[in-house]
Amino acid sequence: MAKVTIDGVEMEVPDGTTILNAARSVGGDIVPPAMCYYSKLEGSGGKCRTCLVKVSQGSTNDPRPMPKLVPSCRTTVMDGMVVENITSPEVLEARKGVVEFLLINHPLDCPICDQAGECDLQNLGYKHGAAATRYEEERRTYKKIDIGDKIKLHMDRCILCYRCTYVADQVADGDRCHGIINRGDHAEISTYIEKAIDSDFSGNMIDVCPVGALTDKTARFGSRVWFTKPMDAHRDCENPKCSGKVVVWEKGEEILRVTGRKDAYHEVEEFICNTCRFEKKKVSDWVIEGPRHINNKSVISANHYEHLKDIKEDIEKYQKQVAANINKA
Amino acid sequence: MGRKLLLEHVNVPGIETLEVYRKMGGYSAAEKAIKTMQPDDITEEVKKSGLRGRGGAGFPAGMKWSFIDKKSEKPRYLVCNADESEPGTFKDRYLMEKIPHALIEGMLVSSFALGAKTSYIYIRGEYFYVLRILEKAIEEAYAAGLLGKNIFGTDYSLDVHVQIGGGAYICGEETALLESLEGKRGNPRMKPPFPAISGLYASPTVVNNVETIAAVPHIINITGDEYAKIGVGRSTGTKLISASGHINNPGTYEIELGITVEEFIYSDKYCGGIKGGRKIKAMIAGGSSVPILPAHLITKTANGEDRLMTYESLSDGGFVSGTMLGSGGFIILDETACVVRHTWTLARFYHHESCGQCSPCREGTGWMEKVLHRIEHGHGTMKDIDLLLDIAKKIEGNTICPLGDASAWPIASAIRHFREEFEYHILNPEKVKDPKHFAHEPFVSSNVENA
Amino acid sequence: MSKEIVFSAETLEVVNKIIKRYPEGRQKSALLPVLHVAQAEFDGWLSSEVMDYVASILLIKPIEVYEVASFYSMYNLKPVGKCLLEVCQTGPCMLNGADDLVAHFEKKLNIKVGETTKDGMFTLKTVECLGSCGTAPMLQCGADYHENLDETKADVLLEKLRADNKRSRYC
Repeated sequence: MAKVTIDGVEMEVPDGTTILNAARSVGGDIVPPAMCYYSKLEGSGGKCRTCLVKVSQGSTNDPRPMPKLVPSCRTTVMDGMVVENITSPEVLEARKGVVEFLLINHPLDCPICDQAGECDLQNLGYKHGAAATRYEEERRTYKKIDIGDKIKLHMDRCILCYRCTYVADQVADGDRCHGIINRGDHAEISTYIEKAIDSDFSGNMIDVCPVGALTDKTARFGSRVWFTKPMDAHRDCENPKCSGKVVVWEKGEEILRVTGRKDAYHEVEEFICNTCRFEKKKVSDWVIEGPRHINNKSVISANHYEHLKDIKEDIEKYQKQVAANINKA
Repeated sequence: MGRKLLLEHVNVPGIETLEVYRKMGGYSAAEKAIKTMQPDDITEEVKKSGLRGRGGAGFPAGMKWSFIDKKSEKPRYLVCNADESEPGTFKDRYLMEKIPHALIEGMLVSSFALGAKTSYIYIRGEYFYVLRILEKAIEEAYAAGLLGKNIFGTDYSLDVHVQIGGGAYICGEETALLESLEGKRGNPRMKPPFPAISGLYASPTVVNNVETIAAVPHIINITGDEYAKIGVGRSTGTKLISASGHINNPGTYEIELGITVEEFIYSDKYCGGIKGGRKIKAMIAGGSSVPILPAHLITKTANGEDRLMTYESLSDGGFVSGTMLGSGGFIILDETACVVRHTWTLARFYHHESCGQCSPCREGTGWMEKVLHRIEHGHGTMKDIDLLLDIAKKIEGNTICPLGDASAWPIASAIRHFREEFEYHILNPEKVKDPKHFAHEPFVSSNVENA
Repeated sequence: MSKEIVFSAETLEVVNKIIKRYPEGRQKSALLPVLHVAQAEFDGWLSSEVMDYVASILLIKPIEVYEVASFYSMYNLKPVGKCLLEVCQTGPCMLNGADDLVAHFEKKLNIKVGETTKDGMFTLKTVECLGSCGTAPMLQCGADYHENLDETKADVLLEKLRADNKRSRYC
């Protein structure tokens, strides 16, 4: 076991745990954001650089600080390590930079993007980004393409987290026919020559995509996510590799979309098959368990009137502030 | 001063052949090492010599060797980094082209020291004709029993293969090189684990630059202690410097570390002074990644001491008034050169070469190039200058591999030392329209005047 | 392409020799050199059919070949002229007149960078540092480096390439 301190919070975690997972074991604001790391996908992480943290003490044995910020998703803890996440201005500044880099070529088309409301990039930008852009150059654009009849690839929105390629290798039977082609800022997700991704588990690429680059064609433009209600549901799935445990996103009596069940860090608990995801859109297909509890405060969780107390507090705080400002004026 | 090791016999006719190379004493170090020394003794000699990695980072070679995982049951590999691609650097090409056996002998001694039975030379794709030269040399070595089974009648056997790259600067980064050697995209790996533990095919691996490996037989010949006597302080031995730009004698030179920068630039033995007798404007001492220095900081440090061709003296003053020895890619800009244009071409280079794996480098290098392109072509604004500094700052130190730093340093240093030239471009868009604007009317900055 | 996509027996021997350099099961290591061989054999560029063929030889997925071929700058994913002129334009070459050299080729060949002459003879490409900074400006055509160029030498080179009428190749 190793004793680690992150933003002043002490914790004990098994040796070999990464800083990010140590933080997640406690939760809250000390958890660095992660756009490319996905605990269920081997090899993921290290690329987006949003989870950079400062190690101000390496370990009890070697207390020297690490010379550079380190990716918390790929750096393992040492006994006595002291980490600064949001308590370090250096980290916040670097993270602001990363958000800016991720956004300079992003189309910012949230108003027409299906991912809006449950987008990691949107949340990241809101929490760690700057209000305005300094980017005045032309943004790069790509053609929207279909990769398979159920998945739309909107490359403009992609942040090259590589997660979908790991899904293809590790979840979708290793039958990967899409990948990263070209290099540098011309790199893109592609099948190179038009090919349909043909695997029973390919739909999981949509769930792991942190942005709106891969979307479910059977649900595209169906509804803003905050107008739908997420419900835990299950069915006896014929596919032995699929648990049949999903979230159905309802609007009225209709199921608009089926996804995996995502945890507090937007990772699916279990990967689901394409039949469950794309074919089963009738309420009668499913045993509905009840509202999905969304752990983080968001527009989606508000649909079940959860966190209303928090939201009420926010509103009161805001009202007080407005009143104070008016008084000052 | 002026001792030569690597290039001592470079002008001997036929030195590229095994016959002449051996006549000049070639492979005697290999014979001595394999027949009379223990592998660890060789590592010890290299440690004593103080030899530092000649690819650019300057990490002590003997120490790097000693990190190799000896407990692992997997085969060990030596991989030679011949992916020389840093702008301004062409010394390895010169050495491999002229004296290919110098590298092969170095591979033999180093592989023996590391316990490697198979070694690879990864050469950049554009050097196809050098690949042919190396292949021929390797063939000769096999035929003479210097490679293959039971070398020098001992039980040591070694195979050496040359791998050709496909055109990617990033493969000069050692873990990207290993990825490429495994037939993949040249995406640098996250570290740890370091190659010494898990490198090629997840086996213990040492990656060394061509010049580093070629220096090893000389260390064996003259002993580590003798080698360490050459040079100054921690900058021991000789170093190949490839000189280019506005100088009279561009080319590759072997110097004893410790000669003055002034001698290197102005002596007829080396660069032979500035072309056309013009004034010097700037120096990039160690390949395009290192900070550019203005005239008044070239031959003297900020403290007024003579600037020497050593790791320490060149970096004297840190990034405020110093630079780095780096790979030894020595570029001189005279008064007719436009620092902005030069910096822009380097920014374009790094943009072109970014692997695209991590976001600060992927997005930042392109952004910087675009802003610099605007400034150089007369479409910049004053706030662009600080924007560039800020982008550079946000890339530096935040990327997976050093390409991020390498893209940031030339830009940050050019603005640090030549800010008024950037401002001139912004204030005089009409005057910079012609690509050769300063060739007709040099921009006289305070830096040039001070020289 | 009318030619059937199969290596000649001779080339196949070369390819097998390359594959033997790597430990068993590591034949993917041969991908970069084999792509060079394939490019040289099949008209100087890599069509998706050629890449699929290479994948089948190395027992890897086609996407693995596309990923690699599109990463490295020396593999042409579109047809190129008979002679590919790759003019270096980075720092030291720029200092020594690469801009003028490129402009000269554009004028002389009546094409822009990235284009191919109507007769299919020349494709003009600008590239980044080729490690020939001391002999700038320069260009690479196939495996050959042409260094210390000026307009006159460039014209002589063009004439020679035209007279030889051979496809430039790295290997």
